[in-house]
Amino acid sequence: MAPSHAEPTVAGPSYLDAERGLWSWLTTRDHKRIGVMFLAVLLLMFLLGGIFALALRVELLTPGETVMGRLAYNRAFTVHGVVMVWLFLIPSIPTAFGNFLLPLMIGARDVAFPRLNLASFYLYVLGAVMTLWGVFQGGVDTGWTFYTPYSTVTGRDVMPVLLGVFVVGFSTILTGINFITTVHTLRAPGVTWMKVPLFVWAIYGTSIIQVLATPVLGMVLMLVALERVAGAGLFDSSRGGDPLLFQHLFWFYSHPAVYIMVLPGMGVISEAVCAFSRKRPFSYRVIVWSTVGISFVGFLTWGHHMFVSGQSTFGAGAFSLLSMLVAIFTAMKIFTWLGTMYRGSLWVSTPFTYVLGFIFLLFFGGMSGVAVAVTSADLHWHDTYFVVAHFHFIMVGASLMAFLAALHYWFPKMCGRMYPEGMGIGTAVLIIFGFIATFLPQFLLGNLGMPRRYADYPEAFQPLHVASTAGASLLGFGFLIVAIYLGWSLRHGRAAGRNPWGSEGYEWLSDSPPPEFNFHAPPRFPRPPHDYANPGANTEVEHAA
Amino acid sequence: MSDLMRRILFLPEAASSLAPRVDRLHFFIIGTTFVVGAGIGLTGLFFLVRYRRGRSPAQEPAMAAPTWMEAAFAGVPLAFFLLWGALGFHDYVWARTPPRDALDVYVTGKQWMWKFAYPDGPGMVGVLHVPTGTPVRLLLTSRDVIHSFYVPAFRMKMDALPGRYTELWFEAVRPGRYRVFCAEYCGLDHSRMRAEVVALEPEAFESWRARQLAQPTWVADESSGEEGTRGPLARRGAVVATRQGCFQCHTIDGTPHIGPSWLGLYGREQPLTSGDSVRADVAYLTESMMDPLAKVVAGYAPVMPSFHGRLSAGEVGALVEYIKSLQPERPEPPPAQEPTYGPLPR
Repeated sequence: MAPSHAEPTVAGPSYLDAERGLWSWLTTRDHKRIGVMFLAVLLLMFLLGGIFALALRVELLTPGETVMGRLAYNRAFTVHGVVMVWLFLIPSIPTAFGNFLLPLMIGARDVAFPRLNLASFYLYVLGAVMTLWGVFQGGVDTGWTFYTPYSTVTGRDVMPVLLGVFVVGFSTILTGINFITTVHTLRAPGVTWMKVPLFVWAIYGTSIIQVLATPVLGMVLMLVALERVAGAGLFDSSRGGDPLLFQHLFWFYSHPAVYIMVLPGMGVISEAVCAFSRKRPFSYRVIVWSTVGISFVGFLTWGHHMFVSGQSTFGAGAFSLLSMLVAIFTAMKIFTWLGTMYRGSLWVSTPFTYVLGFIFLLFFGGMSGVAVAVTSADLHWHDTYFVVAHFHFIMVGASLMAFLAALHYWFPKMCGRMYPEGMGIGTAVLIIFGFIATFLPQFLLGNLGMPRRYADYPEAFQPLHVASTAGASLLGFGFLIVAIYLGWSLRHGRAAGRNPWGSEGYEWLSDSPPPEFNFHAPPRFPRPPHDYANPGANTEVEHAA
Repeated sequence: MSDLMRRILFLPEAASSLAPRVDRLHFFIIGTTFVVGAGIGLTGLFFLVRYRRGRSPAQEPAMAAPTWMEAAFAGVPLAFFLLWGALGFHDYVWARTPPRDALDVYVTGKQWMWKFAYPDGPGMVGVLHVPTGTPVRLLLTSRDVIHSFYVPAFRMKMDALPGRYTELWFEAVRPGRYRVFCAEYCGLDHSRMRAEVVALEPEAFESWRARQLAQPTWVADESSGEEGTRGPLARRGAVVATRQGCFQCHTIDGTPHIGPSWLGLYGREQPLTSGDSVRADVAYLTESMMDPLAKVVAGYAPVMPSFHGRLSAGEVGALVEYIKSLQPERPEPPPAQEPTYGPLPR
């Protein structure tokens, strides 16, 4: 029963009730159900990565050993990094919200390859299981970056993790291909390129990076595997290999991967800031071109991870310059979002609180990124807690805030119920403050000279570590509250109705939750999304009635 | 002022000639960040109050960003970023270009300690003595995995890689003891791979060095107790060269043999079979031992075997120092051409 051949029903059950039973979920090809399944697994991964984050913070409360030894610490930060980066952040927004919303936002009934979409999910689950089994069984202690030659000589069994991340990479590639094809071929009549919702543009840009960059990751992981199993000698200087080669290949993927993690979040913010300001984007084309710009220039900046690695002075200068260019696109987006709020009609809601937190924290994350891309300053900051704080501002301060904004903004879309708004706003404020309390001290730790991945540290660093751990416990507490009230709302939240936010985003044209094939009748899109000057101009039922 | 900023930002004392340069740019960038960040935060809060739903009309005002504003969104930050990039790169080039008169120290990282060897003798584990007011060039390599030599008070770090030499230079501006960390994750005891730089007044440094030379109880390379592991590096290099059979092909009197003579080799511009030329510096000499066929000097056959795995890091340093010592007379350095992108000859 390929969805593209089924007849649309005029009125009927939502996608949640269209079929019943676990089996109907496990074998579904409905993009919405696949999105929900991704979301469920992702939240589990986030929980796991978060538990290890808290364990690390507890260990760092005191110099010397607090609750775990050095080997256990090295393994714990590896689990935290591997789970958060490879199994949560990279797939997070595209696979959960991208899957759920992308077809809805372009008036399609599903993605271009529904079967492949399900295959992506199972590949992801397979890769995640392999990776987790690998890190726990092997006690891997390489960090999520697998730098050679340490990863090729460590006594721990790294192979299952390399293969697991390799398989997850395939899931990423297939999802990317699926989305690119969907955006190109399944846009409903009227959804021209310059009317495509900004979230779709963000997912589209992300998909291009996924498809182009992920194969390089696959190759470099296989080369490390080859080195470990067959002794290929590629990264072994005693046999003519080059340990730096790994870093070039790894960052050629992993720097664009930063944009895989943050671009979808920017897309979420572009949607939510319009919906809660009741205004069109201040400049649609600035957001679109900066999205495309990031996708492209993001490939040319990897060398800024290697300013002190022995790379040539000239190379460092070139990569510094290119990194400055990529930062511009983020600045353009921040100003455009602020402009969108200007003279809008701002609804202070939970998603909007996260939007504000996102913009503020992304600014500091981005500026500290510019700071470490300045070659001379990086001599001091490279591989210190300054860098740790910088990328957590991007990964948590930006990507995770956007994930939470998306979760709240589209919660009624996905399950048809509302969550308690007051509690949501209060928790959002708690999480934002907890975040700042966790990571602001880490910037200062970096200034003071605290290197990354240290189980043990001189006493001078302790006060800042204690402050950071205190913040982390606030942050963890905040996530716990979110989990509780969202879980409660799934069953007991009040019914949301079709469009509780009064949003003019295209995805709100269908019912909430949407029917199995998204629309009861072919929708019409005469106006761009978020056109609050002409509310109700885009409609699903107008022509069918 | 600078000291106040350093205190606010938790920066350690600025103990090298590089540190004030790095800090000045740091203050500029962080200062701008906080001013603009506060502006963005306050603007957001102001909008939140001023345009809160209920207070302002629900009807969307017809507005879009004018083109000049779109251009400003890109142009203004770009101007700042490029300025910072340029200022930073200017300092970076300076920080990566060791002065010609620098004192050389060979540094070997291994899991999980730092070893230091001076060309004229003393070697130490975990403590690096340097004179203040004198540029010191560290030639870094690693025995095993990648390490990174980091002195927060000097605002300087550089990775130490197995199989090649990287260099770092600094000039300590005041006497003191400064922490050295390993900044690149290297396994179990990464967080304990620490050392110390002891900066001494030049006279104190000289008397320390004289004491060290007077009682050669140190062992420069503790891995082998063989003959020739003690004494100045250049003398050890001569022993290593004999043991490894280098003199079967290389002479030290300027006569070309199967390979180029080592006399006057260091710092010379060498024409290559590829038509290019290369300066015979530490990086080239090291590469020629490890990967001899990569750059063959014009007029010689590509017959040299690789000494990868046959020479320890300490032996490579000793050989380089030995070749360096073989100068007919000290060559005049070429006129300075700043900025220079490579190690300068001595």
